[in-house]
Amino acid sequence: MQKNPNGLDSPFLLAGRAWSSRLIVGTGKYKDYETMNAALDASGAEVVTVAVRRERLVDAQGRSLLDHLDTRRYTILPNTAGCFDAADAVRVARLGRELLDQIDNAGKDWVKLEVLGDKKTLLPDPVGTLEACRTLVKDGFKVLCYSSDDPIMAVRLKDAGATSVMPAGSPIGSGQGVLNPNAIRIILELLKSGDPTYPVIVDAGVGTASDTAFAMELGADAVLMNSAIAHAQNAVQMAHAMKHGTLAGRLSYLAGRIPRKLYATASSPWEGVVGYIPGE
Amino acid sequence: MKTIQINGKFHDSQAASVADLLGELHLAGKPVAVERNGEVVPKRQHAQTPVSAGDVFELVTLVGGG
Repeated sequence: MQKNPNGLDSPFLLAGRAWSSRLIVGTGKYKDYETMNAALDASGAEVVTVAVRRERLVDAQGRSLLDHLDTRRYTILPNTAGCFDAADAVRVARLGRELLDQIDNAGKDWVKLEVLGDKKTLLPDPVGTLEACRTLVKDGFKVLCYSSDDPIMAVRLKDAGATSVMPAGSPIGSGQGVLNPNAIRIILELLKSGDPTYPVIVDAGVGTASDTAFAMELGADAVLMNSAIAHAQNAVQMAHAMKHGTLAGRLSYLAGRIPRKLYATASSPWEGVVGYIPGE
Repeated sequence: MKTIQINGKFHDSQAASVADLLGELHLAGKPVAVERNGEVVPKRQHAQTPVSAGDVFELVTLVGGG
Protein backbone atom coordinates (compact mmCIF):
# COMPACT_ATOMS: atom_id res chain seq x y z
CA MET A 1 0.00 0.00 0.00
CA GLN A 2 1.54 3.26 -1.10
CA LYS A 3 2.49 5.61 1.70
CA ASN A 4 1.45 9.22 1.58
CA PRO A 5 4.43 11.42 0.81
CA ASN A 6 4.56 13.02 4.25
CA GLY A 7 4.15 9.68 6.01
CA LEU A 8 1.60 11.25 8.36
CA ASP A 9 -1.62 9.96 6.85
CA SER A 10 -2.88 6.71 5.46
CA PRO A 11 -3.80 6.50 1.79
CA PHE A 12 -7.19 7.64 0.62
CA LEU A 13 -9.23 4.59 -0.40
CA LEU A 14 -11.59 5.23 -3.27
CA ALA A 15 -13.06 2.96 -5.91
CA GLY A 16 -10.73 0.09 -5.16
CA ARG A 17 -7.52 2.10 -5.24
CA ALA A 18 -5.32 3.83 -2.69
CA TRP A 19 -4.49 7.45 -3.45
CA SER A 20 -1.92 9.82 -1.97
CA SER A 21 -3.82 12.99 -2.69
CA ARG A 22 -7.12 13.89 -1.04
CA LEU A 23 -7.75 16.67 -3.51
CA ILE A 24 -9.67 15.98 -6.72
CA VAL A 25 -9.67 18.81 -9.24
CA GLY A 26 -11.80 19.67 -12.23
CA THR A 27 -10.44 20.57 -15.65
CA GLY A 28 -13.02 23.20 -16.54
CA LYS A 29 -12.98 26.98 -16.87
CA TYR A 30 -9.25 27.61 -17.00
CA LYS A 31 -7.89 30.53 -18.95
CA ASP A 32 -6.06 28.13 -21.25
CA TYR A 33 -4.64 24.60 -21.24
CA GLU A 34 -1.21 25.77 -20.08
CA THR A 35 -2.74 27.27 -16.97
CA MET A 36 -4.86 24.18 -16.44
CA ASN A 37 -1.85 21.88 -16.55
CA ALA A 38 0.25 24.08 -14.28
CA ALA A 39 -2.63 24.24 -11.80
CA LEU A 40 -3.28 20.50 -11.86
CA ASP A 41 0.41 19.89 -11.31
CA ALA A 42 0.55 22.35 -8.39
CA SER A 43 -2.54 20.84 -6.80
CA GLY A 44 -0.97 17.40 -6.49
CA ALA A 45 -4.23 15.89 -7.70
CA GLU A 46 -4.14 12.37 -9.08
CA VAL A 47 -7.79 12.27 -10.14
CA VAL A 48 -9.29 14.93 -12.39
CA THR A 49 -12.87 15.35 -13.54
CA VAL A 50 -13.92 15.97 -17.13
CA ALA A 51 -17.23 16.56 -18.88
CA VAL A 52 -18.74 14.66 -21.81
CA ARG A 53 -19.85 16.85 -24.69
CA ARG A 54 -20.72 16.66 -28.37
CA GLU A 55 -17.76 16.55 -30.68
CA ARG A 56 -17.42 19.70 -32.79
CA LEU A 57 -17.78 18.49 -36.32
CA VAL A 58 -15.71 21.18 -37.96
CA ASP A 59 -12.14 20.44 -38.93
CA ALA A 60 -9.65 20.76 -36.05
CA GLN A 61 -10.75 24.19 -34.87
CA GLY A 62 -9.44 25.08 -31.46
CA ARG A 63 -7.59 22.74 -29.18
CA SER A 64 -9.19 19.77 -27.50
CA LEU A 65 -8.74 18.67 -23.91
CA LEU A 66 -7.40 15.23 -24.73
CA ASP A 67 -4.62 16.76 -26.81
CA HIS A 68 -3.45 18.62 -23.74
CA LEU A 69 -4.21 16.49 -20.69
CA ASP A 70 -1.70 13.84 -19.70
CA THR A 71 -3.98 10.82 -19.54
CA ARG A 72 -1.12 8.61 -18.34
CA ARG A 73 -0.47 10.81 -15.34
CA TYR A 74 -4.03 11.60 -14.33
CA THR A 75 -6.87 9.20 -13.68
CA ILE A 76 -9.91 10.66 -15.37
CA LEU A 77 -13.33 10.82 -13.73
CA PRO A 78 -16.05 11.72 -16.24
CA ASN A 79 -19.01 13.67 -14.88
CA THR A 80 -22.62 13.88 -16.01
CA ALA A 81 -22.73 17.67 -15.65
CA GLY A 82 -25.48 19.30 -17.64
CA CYS A 83 -27.90 16.42 -17.20
CA PHE A 84 -31.30 17.25 -15.77
CA ASP A 85 -32.83 13.82 -15.69
CA ALA A 86 -31.77 10.29 -14.86
CA ALA A 87 -32.05 9.02 -18.43
CA ASP A 88 -29.62 11.59 -19.78
CA ALA A 89 -27.22 11.05 -16.89
CA VAL A 90 -27.18 7.32 -17.59
CA ARG A 91 -26.54 7.93 -21.30
CA VAL A 92 -23.70 10.33 -20.54
CA ALA A 93 -22.15 7.99 -17.98
CA ARG A 94 -22.12 5.19 -20.55
CA LEU A 95 -20.57 7.44 -23.17
CA GLY A 96 -17.96 8.55 -20.64
CA ARG A 97 -17.12 4.92 -19.92
CA GLU A 98 -16.68 4.22 -23.62
CA LEU A 99 -14.31 7.19 -23.91
CA LEU A 100 -12.19 6.07 -20.95
CA ASP A 101 -12.00 2.69 -22.62
CA GLN A 102 -10.88 4.20 -25.92
CA ILE A 103 -8.10 6.22 -24.32
CA ASP A 104 -7.17 3.31 -22.07
CA ASN A 105 -7.13 5.51 -18.99
CA ALA A 106 -6.71 4.00 -15.53
CA GLY A 107 -10.18 5.27 -14.62
CA LYS A 108 -12.46 2.35 -15.28
CA ASP A 109 -16.20 2.13 -14.99
CA TRP A 110 -16.57 5.10 -12.76
CA VAL A 111 -18.54 8.29 -12.99
CA LYS A 112 -19.24 11.42 -11.05
CA LEU A 113 -23.01 11.40 -11.17
CA GLU A 114 -24.74 14.76 -11.32
CA VAL A 115 -28.43 15.08 -12.03
CA LEU A 116 -29.28 18.73 -11.72
CA GLY A 117 -32.52 20.24 -10.53
CA ASP A 118 -32.24 23.68 -12.08
CA LYS A 119 -29.80 25.85 -13.99
CA LYS A 120 -29.62 28.76 -11.60
CA THR A 121 -28.80 26.92 -8.41
CA LEU A 122 -27.28 23.79 -9.98
CA LEU A 123 -28.62 21.97 -6.98
CA PRO A 124 -28.90 18.23 -7.47
CA ASP A 125 -32.28 16.69 -8.17
CA PRO A 126 -32.39 14.06 -5.43
CA VAL A 127 -35.01 11.90 -7.12
CA GLY A 128 -33.22 11.81 -10.45
CA THR A 129 -29.87 11.23 -8.77
CA LEU A 130 -31.16 8.24 -6.82
CA GLU A 131 -32.82 6.77 -9.90
CA ALA A 132 -29.70 7.19 -12.04
CA CYS A 133 -27.49 5.84 -9.26
CA ARG A 134 -29.52 2.63 -9.07
CA THR A 135 -29.43 2.13 -12.84
CA LEU A 136 -25.70 2.80 -13.10
CA VAL A 137 -24.82 0.56 -10.15
CA LYS A 138 -26.74 -2.26 -11.85
CA ASP A 139 -24.80 -1.50 -15.02
CA GLY A 140 -21.51 -2.11 -13.23
CA PHE A 141 -20.48 1.49 -12.60
CA LYS A 142 -18.70 2.79 -9.54
CA VAL A 143 -20.90 5.78 -8.89
CA LEU A 144 -19.59 8.84 -7.06
CA CYS A 145 -22.78 10.74 -6.31
CA TYR A 146 -22.87 14.50 -6.18
CA SER A 147 -25.56 15.26 -3.63
CA SER A 148 -26.98 17.96 -1.42
CA ASP A 149 -25.99 18.01 2.25
CA ASP A 150 -29.18 16.21 3.26
CA PRO A 151 -28.17 13.27 5.45
CA ILE A 152 -31.21 11.17 4.59
CA MET A 153 -30.48 11.47 0.88
CA ALA A 154 -26.87 10.55 1.55
CA VAL A 155 -27.97 7.36 3.28
CA ARG A 156 -30.33 6.50 0.42
CA LEU A 157 -27.53 6.93 -2.11
CA LYS A 158 -25.12 4.78 -0.14
CA ASP A 159 -27.80 2.11 0.28
CA ALA A 160 -28.39 2.25 -3.47
CA GLY A 161 -24.78 1.18 -3.96
CA ALA A 162 -22.94 4.47 -4.47
CA THR A 163 -19.17 4.04 -4.24
CA SER A 164 -18.96 7.47 -2.65
CA VAL A 165 -21.39 10.15 -1.61
CA MET A 166 -20.20 13.66 -2.35
CA PRO A 167 -22.20 16.29 -0.48
CA ALA A 168 -21.98 19.88 -1.61
CA GLY A 169 -20.56 22.48 0.75
CA SER A 170 -22.55 25.12 -1.12
CA PRO A 171 -23.74 25.57 -4.73
CA ILE A 172 -21.32 24.78 -7.54
CA GLY A 173 -18.98 27.67 -8.22
CA SER A 174 -20.50 29.80 -5.48
CA GLY A 175 -17.36 29.97 -3.36
CA GLN A 176 -19.33 30.02 -0.11
CA GLY A 177 -17.46 27.13 1.46
CA VAL A 178 -19.16 24.66 3.77
CA LEU A 179 -22.39 26.37 4.74
CA ASN A 180 -23.85 23.60 6.85
CA PRO A 181 -21.05 21.85 8.76
CA ASN A 182 -23.45 20.04 11.05
CA ALA A 183 -25.13 18.39 8.09
CA ILE A 184 -21.73 17.21 6.83
CA ARG A 185 -20.89 15.93 10.32
CA ILE A 186 -24.13 13.95 10.43
CA ILE A 187 -23.54 12.57 6.95
CA LEU A 188 -20.06 11.43 7.98
CA GLU A 189 -21.43 9.76 11.09
CA LEU A 190 -24.28 7.98 9.32
CA LEU A 191 -22.30 6.82 6.29
CA LYS A 192 -19.25 5.69 8.23
CA SER A 193 -21.11 3.90 10.99
CA GLY A 194 -19.68 0.38 10.90
CA ASP A 195 -17.90 1.29 7.67
CA PRO A 196 -15.17 3.77 8.60
CA THR A 197 -13.42 3.81 5.24
CA TYR A 198 -16.55 4.60 3.21
CA PRO A 199 -15.47 7.66 1.24
CA VAL A 200 -17.32 10.93 1.75
CA ILE A 201 -16.01 13.71 -0.46
CA VAL A 202 -17.06 17.33 -0.07
CA ASP A 203 -17.74 18.49 -3.60
CA ALA A 204 -18.84 22.00 -4.69
CA GLY A 205 -18.76 25.45 -3.28
CA VAL A 206 -15.20 25.58 -1.98
CA GLY A 207 -13.83 29.09 -2.43
CA THR A 208 -10.50 29.37 -0.67
CA ALA A 209 -7.90 27.32 1.20
CA SER A 210 -9.55 27.65 4.58
CA ASP A 211 -12.72 26.13 3.11
CA THR A 212 -10.98 22.94 2.09
CA ALA A 213 -9.13 22.78 5.39
CA PHE A 214 -12.43 23.19 7.19
CA ALA A 215 -14.07 20.43 5.18
CA MET A 216 -11.18 18.08 5.94
CA GLU A 217 -11.28 18.98 9.64
CA LEU A 218 -14.89 17.86 9.76
CA GLY A 219 -13.61 14.44 8.79
CA ALA A 220 -14.23 14.35 5.04
CA ASP A 221 -12.04 11.89 3.16
CA ALA A 222 -11.36 14.27 0.29
CA VAL A 223 -12.47 17.48 -1.36
CA LEU A 224 -13.38 18.05 -5.00
CA MET A 225 -13.16 21.50 -6.53
CA ASN A 226 -12.86 23.26 -9.84
CA SER A 227 -13.92 26.93 -9.82
CA ALA A 228 -12.02 27.78 -6.65
CA ILE A 229 -8.78 27.10 -8.50
CA ALA A 230 -9.68 27.84 -12.11
CA HIS A 231 -11.25 31.22 -11.38
CA ALA A 232 -8.89 32.39 -8.67
CA GLN A 233 -6.95 35.46 -9.70
CA ASN A 234 -3.85 33.33 -9.78
CA ALA A 235 -5.00 29.79 -10.50
CA VAL A 236 -1.62 28.13 -10.10
CA GLN A 237 -0.96 29.83 -6.79
CA MET A 238 -4.41 28.86 -5.56
CA ALA A 239 -3.77 25.27 -6.60
CA HIS A 240 -0.69 25.27 -4.33
CA ALA A 241 -2.82 26.77 -1.56
CA MET A 242 -5.51 24.14 -1.97
CA LYS A 243 -2.98 21.32 -1.88
CA HIS A 244 -1.61 22.60 1.42
CA GLY A 245 -5.04 23.53 2.79
CA THR A 246 -6.41 20.07 2.14
CA LEU A 247 -3.38 18.46 3.72
CA ALA A 248 -3.41 20.84 6.69
CA GLY A 249 -7.07 20.09 7.35
CA ARG A 250 -6.51 16.37 7.12
CA LEU A 251 -3.50 16.33 9.44
CA SER A 252 -5.27 18.62 11.88
CA TYR A 253 -8.23 16.25 11.91
CA LEU A 254 -5.97 13.25 12.54
CA ALA A 255 -3.95 15.09 15.18
CA GLY A 256 -6.98 15.75 17.36
CA ARG A 257 -7.51 19.39 18.16
CA ILE A 258 -7.76 20.95 21.59
CA PRO A 259 -11.29 21.59 22.82
CA ARG A 260 -12.86 25.01 22.71
CA LYS A 261 -13.19 26.41 26.22
CA LEU A 262 -14.80 29.51 27.62
CA TYR A 263 -11.88 30.35 29.87
CA ALA A 264 -8.13 30.39 29.42
CA THR A 265 -5.55 27.77 30.31
CA ALA A 266 -2.07 29.23 30.61
CA SER A 267 0.65 27.87 28.38
CA SER A 268 3.44 28.87 30.76
CA PRO A 269 3.65 27.42 34.30
CA TRP A 270 2.38 29.38 37.31
CA GLU A 271 5.09 27.96 39.53
CA GLY A 272 8.12 30.21 39.99
CA VAL A 273 6.55 33.37 38.62
CA VAL A 274 8.57 36.40 39.64
CA GLY A 275 6.36 39.10 41.12
CA TYR A 276 2.79 39.45 42.16
CA ILE A 277 -0.09 37.26 40.89
CA PRO A 278 -3.45 38.90 41.58
CA GLY A 279 -5.88 36.92 43.73
CA GLU A 280 -3.19 34.80 45.49
CA MET B 1 -27.00 9.05 -49.79
CA LYS B 2 -29.10 8.86 -46.63
CA THR B 3 -30.28 11.41 -44.16
CA ILE B 4 -29.29 10.85 -40.56
CA GLN B 5 -29.02 13.05 -37.51
CA ILE B 6 -25.72 13.84 -35.83
CA ASN B 7 -25.57 15.84 -32.61
CA GLY B 8 -29.02 17.24 -33.14
CA LYS B 9 -28.57 18.28 -36.78
CA PHE B 10 -29.62 16.61 -40.01
CA HIS B 11 -26.79 15.32 -42.11
CA ASP B 12 -26.45 13.51 -45.42
CA SER B 13 -24.05 10.58 -45.37
CA GLN B 14 -22.78 7.91 -47.71
CA ALA B 15 -21.32 5.88 -44.88
CA ALA B 16 -22.17 2.19 -44.80
CA SER B 17 -20.86 1.67 -41.27
CA VAL B 18 -20.18 3.71 -38.18
CA ALA B 19 -16.47 3.43 -38.95
CA ASP B 20 -17.11 4.91 -42.39
CA LEU B 21 -19.16 7.70 -40.85
CA LEU B 22 -16.31 8.69 -38.53
CA GLY B 23 -13.98 8.66 -41.52
CA GLU B 24 -16.37 10.89 -43.47
CA LEU B 25 -16.31 13.37 -40.60
CA HIS B 26 -12.50 13.26 -40.26
CA LEU B 27 -12.86 11.76 -36.78
CA ALA B 28 -11.16 8.44 -37.48
CA GLY B 29 -8.41 7.77 -34.94
CA LYS B 30 -9.70 10.39 -32.48
CA PRO B 31 -11.31 9.34 -29.22
CA VAL B 32 -15.01 9.71 -29.98
CA ALA B 33 -17.84 7.84 -28.27
CA VAL B 34 -20.73 6.93 -30.53
CA GLU B 35 -24.36 6.61 -29.50
CA ARG B 36 -26.69 5.29 -32.21
CA ASN B 37 -30.41 5.49 -31.56
CA GLY B 38 -29.85 5.74 -27.83
CA GLU B 39 -27.32 2.92 -27.51
CA VAL B 40 -23.56 3.20 -27.13
CA VAL B 41 -21.72 1.52 -30.01
CA PRO B 42 -18.38 0.35 -28.61
CA LYS B 43 -15.34 1.04 -30.77
CA ARG B 44 -14.78 -2.65 -31.53
CA GLN B 45 -18.21 -2.69 -33.22
CA HIS B 46 -17.75 0.43 -35.33
CA ALA B 47 -16.88 -1.46 -38.50
CA GLN B 48 -19.79 -3.90 -38.28
CA THR B 49 -22.49 -1.43 -37.18
CA PRO B 50 -24.51 -0.13 -40.12
CA VAL B 51 -25.61 3.44 -40.71
CA SER B 52 -29.27 3.50 -41.77
CA ALA B 53 -31.46 6.34 -42.95
CA GLY B 54 -33.14 8.02 -40.02
CA ASP B 55 -30.47 6.95 -37.52
CA VAL B 56 -29.89 9.41 -34.70
CA PHE B 57 -26.26 9.71 -33.64
CA GLU B 58 -24.50 11.43 -30.81
CA LEU B 59 -20.74 11.73 -31.25
CA VAL B 60 -19.11 12.86 -28.04
CA THR B 61 -15.72 13.54 -26.55
CA LEU B 62 -14.24 14.65 -23.23
CA VAL B 63 -13.91 18.35 -22.45
CA GLY B 64 -12.88 20.33 -19.40
CA GLY B 65 -15.37 20.20 -16.56
CA GLY B 66 -15.74 20.07 -12.78
